[in-house]
Amino acid sequence: MLNIRDWSLAKREAAAGYFFILPWIIGFTLLTLGPMLASLYFSFTDYNIVEAPRWIGLNNYTRLFNDELFWQSLAVTLRFAVLALPSGLVLGFVLALLLNQDVPGVKIWRTIFFLPSVLSGVAVTLLWLMLFNPELGVVNKLLEQIGIKGPGWLQDPDWAVPSLAIMALWGVGQNMIVYLAGLQGVPADLYDAAKVDGANRTQQFRYVTIPMMTPVLFYNLVLGLIGTFSYFTQVYVATGGSGGPARSTLFYNLYLYQNAFRYNDMGYASAMAWVLFVIVLTLTLLVFRSSSLWVYYEGELRGRR
Amino acid sequence: MASTQTFSNNLRLFVAGDWQHNRLIQERIKKGIAYIICTLMAVIYVFPLYWLLTTALKTDAEVFQLPPTFLPVDPQWQNFQAATEYIPFWLYMGNTLIIAVLTIIGTLVSCTLIAYGFARIKWPGRNVLFIVYLSTIMLPTQVTMIPLYIIYRQMGWIGTFMPLIVPSFFGNALFVFLLRQFLMTIPAELSEAAKIDGASEVGILRHVMLPLLRPALATVALFTFVNVYRDFLGPLIYLSDQNQWTISLGLKLFQNMYGAQWQLMMAASTLAMVPIIVLFFFTQKTFVEGISLTGIKG
Repeated sequence: MLNIRDWSLAKREAAAGYFFILPWIIGFTLLTLGPMLASLYFSFTDYNIVEAPRWIGLNNYTRLFNDELFWQSLAVTLRFAVLALPSGLVLGFVLALLLNQDVPGVKIWRTIFFLPSVLSGVAVTLLWLMLFNPELGVVNKLLEQIGIKGPGWLQDPDWAVPSLAIMALWGVGQNMIVYLAGLQGVPADLYDAAKVDGANRTQQFRYVTIPMMTPVLFYNLVLGLIGTFSYFTQVYVATGGSGGPARSTLFYNLYLYQNAFRYNDMGYASAMAWVLFVIVLTLTLLVFRSSSLWVYYEGELRGRR
Repeated sequence: MASTQTFSNNLRLFVAGDWQHNRLIQERIKKGIAYIICTLMAVIYVFPLYWLLTTALKTDAEVFQLPPTFLPVDPQWQNFQAATEYIPFWLYMGNTLIIAVLTIIGTLVSCTLIAYGFARIKWPGRNVLFIVYLSTIMLPTQVTMIPLYIIYRQMGWIGTFMPLIVPSFFGNALFVFLLRQFLMTIPAELSEAAKIDGASEVGILRHVMLPLLRPALATVALFTFVNVYRDFLGPLIYLSDQNQWTISLGLKLFQNMYGAQWQLMMAASTLAMVPIIVLFFFTQKTFVEGISLTGIKG
């Protein structure tokens, strides 16, 4: 006989605990762990959805290694990361520093810089497609007025990724908010102590603000790098899903999507997904390993995450 | 002896005073520079939105006029009407809203239960499982995307809203984390008092925690809405029937209109941004708090 009332308090509590997290247990098994293992299995098969998967061992992985487009997609993704992440970090941090000065009308500025970052990806991309149009877009028209012949932006293989990076910079507001919260979380007594020691503004910035902010900056940079591997909506809309011109915007995630849903090459796409997983895992571990180098007040920051 | 001391004291006061005076001026100059930079940056940041709105109001000819006009000569308000007819705008908005509402319900219910289980009840293995749960935040969606597609396909869910809605009923790691953080701050005495009065765990959650949890739940609902509204890859994969598209997906119909009808494309984009802009202005504080708390990005 199963009578809950006879159970000890600890047992009853445990049962209640498992009951509450049941949605996650089911979701984790069916929507995360199971599919993960399935995609690992698919990555060793030739699978086009219609026919049953056929085991081909490491073939997909060796194919990846010799696939020029795979390397191209990695290069495009990294190029975007190099162009967009450091500049986004600096711009977001500068904006946060500015707003941290109690400039008059701080709420208005914050709204202006923050708003673009929450707007929809597709609508924003369409807007920038129009702004960046080489012949008719306002950006090149304005450049013409000051005597500069603008590039072909998204239609020029050399400029397409930088154009997307500029679009990303317009959405830097969320970074700004994270940094602003970080700046406001720096304890005032640290500045007071620095002042007592005779530190001037520059020194306070160098020896208090920067060390206190590095964890936040670094965390954001790594998250941003991981995020670049999921970059999709903007490039899909801007290039009609092709990754053009001349595959100059063939981002990792776009190439994965093409393999899976355009060529129905599910096994190959799964192999790409697992390579991505290993990359992300390595990056994440790197952050945790290196944390002793950059985390100053670990306890305090853990509370903020 | 005494006079030298007075002198040095005076000198110190003088220097200190001057230093303070200097600091005041420095402070003013710094604020002035910050103000100027802010203004310049703001002009750059506002310009795309300004151009969006003015283009939406221009005639076909005026859009391509050289040099460009900075204000529409004769605002074409009917462009908005035309844009909503060029693509089935309201149908797509309606679809988005249905998906959003159901996803919000699923997320709120599941995340509250899970967060309560992790925050307020002690059971063996709780901390280990919570770390496992948190680590799934880092898991790239691509790793599960293909098998999930195949599962949904076998269930006949492709071309329905189901693949977009159903997963929300099984929790979201980031939101559970947020709610758990919030629940941990509620004093244990509150639940103990309720327990002595004979309340069950579900009763405590409903009558004690839920009223306190309301602001956190509002944050979760807001971010869920924004996520659903902006989601593109999910609808692209699962919504094969064009009548079921969401607004994000529907806007891509304008993709093929290079060089023509920009005013309609911009009118539709403007309309598509309106719900988010309105929400943003009413709930900016919630947005800011949510992002600062978790570092979540859309």
